[in-house]
Amino acid sequence: MAVTATLAAKGHGRGSDLVGAGLSIGSVLILWEVMAAADLTAGVPAPTAVLAAWWNLLFDGGYWQSWYLSAFRVAAGFFAALVLGVLLGLAMVVSRTLYGITFPIFEVLRPIPPLAWVPAAIIFWPTTELSIAFITFLGAFYTIVINTLDGGRAIDQRYVQAALSMGASRMNVFRRIVLPGTLPSVTTGAAVGMGITWEVVVAAEMISGGGSSMGGSGGGTGGGLGFLIWNSYTGGSYEQIIVGMLSIGIAGYLSSGLLRRFGQWATPWIGRR
Amino acid sequence: MSQTLVELRQVSKFYRDGIGIKQVVRDCTLDIERGKLTVVIGPSGCGKSTLTRLIAGFERPTSGTLMSEGRPITGPHKDRLVLFQESALFPWMTTEQNVLYGPAARGEATPQAMQLAGSLIDRVGLTAFRRKYPTQLSGGMQRRAELARALVNNPKLMILDEPFRGLDAMTKSLMQEYFSGLFQEMQATVLFVTTDIDEAIFLADRLIIMTNAPTRVRKVINVDIPHPRKLADIVENDSANDVKIRALSILHEEAMRSFGGSAKASADFVQAYAARIGRTDSMTPGNPAP
Repeated sequence: MAVTATLAAKGHGRGSDLVGAGLSIGSVLILWEVMAAADLTAGVPAPTAVLAAWWNLLFDGGYWQSWYLSAFRVAAGFFAALVLGVLLGLAMVVSRTLYGITFPIFEVLRPIPPLAWVPAAIIFWPTTELSIAFITFLGAFYTIVINTLDGGRAIDQRYVQAALSMGASRMNVFRRIVLPGTLPSVTTGAAVGMGITWEVVVAAEMISGGGSSMGGSGGGTGGGLGFLIWNSYTGGSYEQIIVGMLSIGIAGYLSSGLLRRFGQWATPWIGRR
Repeated sequence: MSQTLVELRQVSKFYRDGIGIKQVVRDCTLDIERGKLTVVIGPSGCGKSTLTRLIAGFERPTSGTLMSEGRPITGPHKDRLVLFQESALFPWMTTEQNVLYGPAARGEATPQAMQLAGSLIDRVGLTAFRRKYPTQLSGGMQRRAELARALVNNPKLMILDEPFRGLDAMTKSLMQEYFSGLFQEMQATVLFVTTDIDEAIFLADRLIIMTNAPTRVRKVINVDIPHPRKLADIVENDSANDVKIRALSILHEEAMRSFGGSAKASADFVQAYAARIGRTDSMTPGNPAP
């Protein structure tokens, strides 16, 4: 205890950060456990009960099927949004005409929350799976387009002029100035978009019933993590609701962590001093 | 080969702004001579930067002609390279990649070009920083990297628009001496824009004093001191001090015009300044101070 205290007191470095995180999470869990034991949590199950439910789910193929389905939907929607969003954003940076035509339409559609598209998506897309992927796509798409567009337009014109004055062609300026100059805002847009994708996929699964054709067996149900929560709610398993929530937290944390790593790798000139 | 590299004849540049038409350059006629370091000085905001953009070819004049080696200037060209006010090194490229950008962009990244880039990086003292990104360099290093990036293209004219602005006083004077030496070594033609009178006189072969906006040439003064120059020598150089007094009186008149002041105030200022120089002279070795 004395050791952890001195480490925390130093306040810097990775080790003490971990200790601090452990202390803060640990004390919340202990408080929660005590309150649940004293029946002060209005029916919210104690951490130990949640962990027990989680342990059981770890051996349930349906739970992992839910992970797989949600991750797959997020990945499909996200990568479609990344490819199309960056392409559209860059095209709008390069072409004033395209910008003039596209931007007004874009700005009308953008404020519509992805979830408001759910009924329309279910009607117009042939399968539930496609509807959910479409909604997650929308979640990330706008953010990625806007970030690409802003990043591209914010490139210092002196870079372009300097390149032209050294005899570079327009194509070379695009490839070696505009593309890398936009990359930092693309990675920011992608990280934000990824977060929105997880929010949206969960809601879309709850509303659409998680793709009933994919329904698995047992407690895990296999309709995606969002559907897992919803199904646990209707089935009265409060422990599983919390397991589902924490699973999404972990999934979101892992995917943004991966994305951040990738962003740092792709933009090595940022933040080095 | 003509002595004049770039000539401007009756060049004007007007911009449309919210209220009407803003005249930035009007009837400006000037020559940039080969192998000379031409310094353009004028009150800030007088239109010097617009002039450099016109010569670089980033902008077209409203009227008048700009010629480079007898041919009209129609756009940016690698023969007329610009170094901007603050660093315009590409942040996503290392020093090496930045220096090699020009040849690579033109498809000329030959082994010779690479070798030249390497030796220029050595020449500006950045050998150890070849693989660093611009954010990892100090202000002075960034300016030197940019000099190397320009020189590798072997430009006929180098245009430097207040290149040492924003550097601390020490680094700035070191860069000025360094640049004087570099200029002497590479035998280039340079157009150097500044608002700093001491920097102007220290570097200039030809000092071009501009009027307030709309700007045109007010006066051309030749400074016949060989490069490389040393700051300590210039401070005690009589002809440099003489140029300074003449330049200051003109600059002050231009500045007073924009303030709405009179020629009398300007004359007083110059008299006061000349008196101060006189005192400085009396303190130089040979005339021991009282």
